[in-house]
Amino acid sequence: MAEGRERFGRTLEGFFFAFALFTIALVGIGFGMRRWLPPLASEHGAGIDRMIRYLILTVGVLFVIGHVALGYFIWRFSRQDRVTYRLASPRAEKLWSLLPGIVMALVAEGGVLLIGLPIWQKYYLHPAPPDAVLVEVTAEQFAWNIRYPGKDGRLGRTDPRLIRYDNPLGIDAEDPASQDDVVQLGVMYVPVGRPVHVRLRSKDTLHSFFLPHFRVKQDAVPGMTIDLWFTPTQTGEFEIACAELCGFGHFQMRGVLRVLPPEEFQRWLAAQPTFSGQ
Amino acid sequence: MVGEHSARVHEEPVSFWRRYIFSTDHKVIGIQYYLTAMAMALVGGTLAMLIRLQLGWPEAKWPLLAKIFPRGMSGGVMNPDFYLALITMHGTLMIFFVISLGLVSGFGNYLLPLHIGARDMAFPFLNMLSYWTVVPACVIILASFFVEGGAAASGWTAYPPLSAVEQAVPGSGLGQTLWLLGMALFIASFTMGGLNFVTTILNERTRGMSMMRLPLFIWTLLIASILGLLAFPPLTAAAILLLFDRHGGTSFFLPSGLYFGERVLPHSGGSPLLWQHLFWFLGHPEVYVLILPALGIALDLLPPFTRKPIFGYRLTVYSLFAIGVLSMIVWGHHMFVSGMNPYVGEFFAIGTLAITIPSAIIGFNLIASLWGARLQLRTPALFALGAIAFFGTGGLGGIFLGNATSDIQLHDTYFVVGHFHFMIGGVTLLALFGGTYYWFPKMFGRMMSERLGKLHFWLTFLSFYAVFLTQHFLGLGGMPRRYYAFSKFEFLAPIRDMNAFISIAAFVLGAAQLIFLVNFFWSLFRGARAEQNPWRATTLEWVAPTPPPHGNWGETVPEVHRWPYDYSVPGAPEDFTPQTVPPTVVTVTQ
Repeated sequence: MAEGRERFGRTLEGFFFAFALFTIALVGIGFGMRRWLPPLASEHGAGIDRMIRYLILTVGVLFVIGHVALGYFIWRFSRQDRVTYRLASPRAEKLWSLLPGIVMALVAEGGVLLIGLPIWQKYYLHPAPPDAVLVEVTAEQFAWNIRYPGKDGRLGRTDPRLIRYDNPLGIDAEDPASQDDVVQLGVMYVPVGRPVHVRLRSKDTLHSFFLPHFRVKQDAVPGMTIDLWFTPTQTGEFEIACAELCGFGHFQMRGVLRVLPPEEFQRWLAAQPTFSGQ
Repeated sequence: MVGEHSARVHEEPVSFWRRYIFSTDHKVIGIQYYLTAMAMALVGGTLAMLIRLQLGWPEAKWPLLAKIFPRGMSGGVMNPDFYLALITMHGTLMIFFVISLGLVSGFGNYLLPLHIGARDMAFPFLNMLSYWTVVPACVIILASFFVEGGAAASGWTAYPPLSAVEQAVPGSGLGQTLWLLGMALFIASFTMGGLNFVTTILNERTRGMSMMRLPLFIWTLLIASILGLLAFPPLTAAAILLLFDRHGGTSFFLPSGLYFGERVLPHSGGSPLLWQHLFWFLGHPEVYVLILPALGIALDLLPPFTRKPIFGYRLTVYSLFAIGVLSMIVWGHHMFVSGMNPYVGEFFAIGTLAITIPSAIIGFNLIASLWGARLQLRTPALFALGAIAFFGTGGLGGIFLGNATSDIQLHDTYFVVGHFHFMIGGVTLLALFGGTYYWFPKMFGRMMSERLGKLHFWLTFLSFYAVFLTQHFLGLGGMPRRYYAFSKFEFLAPIRDMNAFISIAAFVLGAAQLIFLVNFFWSLFRGARAEQNPWRATTLEWVAPTPPPHGNWGETVPEVHRWPYDYSVPGAPEDFTPQTVPPTVVTVTQ
């Protein structure tokens, strides 16, 4: 009698555990099917999104199978009064371990080798195309400095010792290449449909140039100039966030990225004052 | 070698000081570590609650808290630099001073000699020294809250220049120096502990305890200790170099041209990336130092409650080794977008995702161990099963992050926060709790309350999912970590309100731990008296008297005749056959 009650109790508990795990799997499905990524606005971002969607799908299936299997096992075997399967043979153990091994080789390694790394290589290992718009982005606590090379296509020399209130980048006025440079604070303008070549630098601590809609994230490291490029596919106003802890203002290190039609971008650039004031 | 040392019976110290404070008995030291970790967890957990308070309601005022933290919450509103100190210290305390101390040093010290049939650790004095080295480390790291500028605020990763330049962030003053000193002492202590573990496992096993008869927890301790010994020294070196950069004018991590406070700093020639490499060369193996023993406990808690052997003992041992080797060569997956050479990133991505294979085999073996079981859902079993679910969830999230391409979008977002909390927060915590419910009768001679234990489990398990599974999706939405508030960015507007829900779930999670504390201390004095072997388990510690005396085994050390998982052996008189039962009585089945 007491044994029957005890058995009922653990059956109920096993059922509860299984129910909890099934619910978690369902919540996972519900969440996983929602659209979380910010709307896409860049060309290479489509590849990154494809990688992420592949993982959400395949890993999501494994997440559901894992939770359902664990829940089912707990439910089923908490009802048993005796052990029905004790010890697998060494051969069976080896054979069964092929299953998780192969699944992971396909999902994880296969995913990165077939989908992930080709995009990675396109994004990182190729220099910016020659027709790209060159923009220098210099991060500082807690702002983004934007500089365009002007008509000569060359960015002037900078030196931190020349940094003043009215020359936040320390641009060398002696350098002829500096004269037509255009410097902006916090707002970056780029044309749509043309590659943007960003030269990323930092004045003080680490920062990270994060364009959530463009699937761009790159740490800015003091002492290094890091090149990256992306091609905007949508016009509009987007946000630049900092993604590497940089101090107490990290959470409000916001910049704006305005993507304009090409002619409008040219008009805007031509209307900006240059470093030498012409 | 084997068995030779076990013959000696240690002299039992009589004075209070030698017995309970400066003890060389591994059991006392294990409990000292455990209680220290518990105290540090109270601090670390409180910090987490403050973090969630801020993130859930960033605009709110808390006049009461202004009285407790006059500087950090002046006027009832949290300062951003106080917030950064909170996240830095929460991470540091939890990883190094709670999980490392409680799980590895605490359970490791208490159980290792008992599991292998030894009378004590190989170097009892070194063991005492390692504990008493970590005590000042705890004091120093806690003291940093009270110094000028507050505690370190550069994240638990302490990336320079933030951690190297005083002007960079308020916590980068004396607080950061104390952080580095505390860490250096902690590492010195942990290294002594690791040496002791490795030596003891290799040399002090009793007669018959071959390596393939070791409980899996001991295997995980062995691998974790080796990893710790290999990986910690570079961080010690890095911490000392960073101290030189801060106070000696050197430039190991600082390049030229750093512009702070309206002037150019005189440093030149260093690189912040060097620190990141040195830090993660430790930092990545460190997460395995934590998670492997947690898995070991989960694996070892299953057989007593499934009444059958674990599935795939050998393959689990091989997989643990594979994880250990691979974990040393994948640190760069924390640095995919750091500015490191992208070719190297490919190597690290492929290496990292290779770890999923042995990890999946272990996960599979854990679930498969339930097949055909007579499962008994006692409290330790619930925690072990919960740890399996967390390991699965956390591990699967890791596939997104080890993949360099998807990591571009997910790096430094809440996806990462959710992922690592499942792994080094969740699996480890559930193992720590499961182990406590399971070994408490052996440690203190009393049982813990099942009713409170189960309540503790369910509140912890469900609220943990609510907090950290949700965070994965916020990360997909691009929510950056280490943000004091999410109000400044429009792209976060659709998802930022979920933080209030997460915070409420986090408070439930925090409150659930109070149930555990009540249970722990109530049971210590009022719990039902435990039998010698209350779980009817096979491993050696249950052969020892409860609680085990100094020297563990009385006159004769036990001799081992079988592996640790001989449950439900056909023809045996009981459904468990302790490791000491000779093959003439019950056949050996492994």
